[in-house]
Amino acid sequence: MATLSLKGINKSFGSVDVIRDLSLDVNNGEFIVFVGPSGCGKSTLLRMIAGLETLTDGAISIGDKRVDHLPPANRGIAMVFQSYALYPHKDVRGNLGFALKHAGIEKQEIDKRVNNASEILGLSEMMERKPRELSGGQRQRVAIGRAIVREPDVFLFDEPLSNLDAALRVHMRIEILKLHQRLRNTMVYVTHDQIEAMTLADRIVVLRDGRVEQVGTPLELYKKPVNTFVAAFIGSPAMNFLQANVQDSSVNLEGESICTLNAKDGPVQLGVRPEHLVVSDNGPFKGSVSVFEHLGGESFVHLALADEQSLVAKLDGEYIFNPGDECSLAIKAEHCHVFDSAGRNITE
Amino acid sequence: MLITQRLSSAGIHAVLIAYSLLALFPLALIVINSFKSKKAIFRDPTGLPLGDNFSSKGYDSVLNNSDFPLYFGNSLTVTCVSLVLILLLGAMAAHALSEYRFPGDSLIGLYLILGIMVPIRLGTVALLQLIVDLGLANTLTALILVYTAQGLPIAIFIFTEFLRSVSKEIKDSARIDGLSEYRIFFEVVIPLVRPVIATVAVFSMIPIWNDLWFPLILSPGEETRTVTLGVQQFIGQYTVNWGAVLAALSVAILPVLVMYIIFSKQLIRGITAGAVKG
Repeated sequence: MATLSLKGINKSFGSVDVIRDLSLDVNNGEFIVFVGPSGCGKSTLLRMIAGLETLTDGAISIGDKRVDHLPPANRGIAMVFQSYALYPHKDVRGNLGFALKHAGIEKQEIDKRVNNASEILGLSEMMERKPRELSGGQRQRVAIGRAIVREPDVFLFDEPLSNLDAALRVHMRIEILKLHQRLRNTMVYVTHDQIEAMTLADRIVVLRDGRVEQVGTPLELYKKPVNTFVAAFIGSPAMNFLQANVQDSSVNLEGESICTLNAKDGPVQLGVRPEHLVVSDNGPFKGSVSVFEHLGGESFVHLALADEQSLVAKLDGEYIFNPGDECSLAIKAEHCHVFDSAGRNITE
Repeated sequence: MLITQRLSSAGIHAVLIAYSLLALFPLALIVINSFKSKKAIFRDPTGLPLGDNFSSKGYDSVLNNSDFPLYFGNSLTVTCVSLVLILLLGAMAAHALSEYRFPGDSLIGLYLILGIMVPIRLGTVALLQLIVDLGLANTLTALILVYTAQGLPIAIFIFTEFLRSVSKEIKDSARIDGLSEYRIFFEVVIPLVRPVIATVAVFSMIPIWNDLWFPLILSPGEETRTVTLGVQQFIGQYTVNWGAVLAALSVAILPVLVMYIIFSKQLIRGITAGAVKG
């Protein structure tokens, strides 16, 4: 158990800057998720915390100990990889105990820890099997077990669920959450999947091009995204962005006032989440239905607005539309997000 | 459908069997004739060693009236030591080339592999000079050094290709588990590429065991002769002791055969690895 602190981290490969002046403090026992599109530097950052990549500049501390000059094994971390990275020639027991055996820990203690981990993860039945005889979910559990037995201060996860199929991913996501509730360790988790980020994280770090865009709890990010990038990244389906105008402290879309805003007159981007739109006879968003997707309990309406902008709305399953139907939607003023031309959130 | 399948399967087998017979025929001829007297060999080359034809004189002169066991030991020593060196050094060099980035890595890789294109026999004169200067003429060490150099390029080439396919995450995971780079190599990487080791072993072993050139030039002394060189003593300028030559060759096949059988299961996996996912 420990805090993790990153100070002024820089990383460049040749002339390419991958991480730029990144600082972050992770609290003891916190589950923090790095999320961002591929190439944003999130995996590199995790590998730097693990000690698998060197820092170009900056400092990493775990607890009150500076660790960025230490080899991975002495940092008090354990890492779970996307491809599981099990040793194919060792059985489950061998995989779980390998690190401990190398650390010169007594056999009794190894057995105790391995049995404990296998019990937590439900692996007791398959201790003598080789990785190739395990399913994807079981392999991932062994990989997590290998991290648990080391009793690290900080757990690092590098997209651990990306290789699993959809159903198993949901299942393992819940298992990881349970594991965190049980162990209460500091965990750092990298993913490109915003649903994993939203469901697992105590705090989410949104990264773009090696920079932190926003740090906050999932709800903060959802409710108050600092810019259009975070707003578009968090939430599914993604937020709609519409060109609108500010006139006399009112945000107008095609002459209809959507919400109020104390700002200079001029063009702005109006951010509208699909789930906040409701069907309303006199709603300001009027258009014809281009695509209608029905999922049973809910449905998605893709609307072509009069000024050729498009809009997606998530509605109750009770509505049925056909392509070409006219539809008008409304939104409560407090659910509107307004962004300036640079993409910054200027909602009041 | 089934019939065409069976027909094509039969066709493939017919071709393979025909080829096997063609390849095995000279071998069978050697083994059969090694059990015959010289007269019988020339009277009836393809006849089986039965009745009057049978004679174990060839084996008798090879095993009891010559230094053949010594030559055999020399060959085994040279082949095994060279093989160990080729596998160890080749795998280590390939690991370094595939795992670490360092200045000039691709140039060094190219340099190491260049030897595939240059036959080592072209350098015989220089090699002989070098060996004599080193005082290693007429030693097995000379042969071992030359064979190691001869085997390394192709070994490094094959190993590099396969070691690149070893998942980087497994090595990283071993690093986090606290293994040193050497232990990662020996305890994680090597077990993963066992089939390739068998492949390289077989490819390297056969030319060494069969070589006549370097033993003749570098170590022709009585004490350091290898099997292939030793057999030459039965081939005189005017008379050839065919029974003994064939018997010696038959015996010389055995160790290669044994090693091949040991490696073959792994070898087949090595050759087909990567062809099929899984």
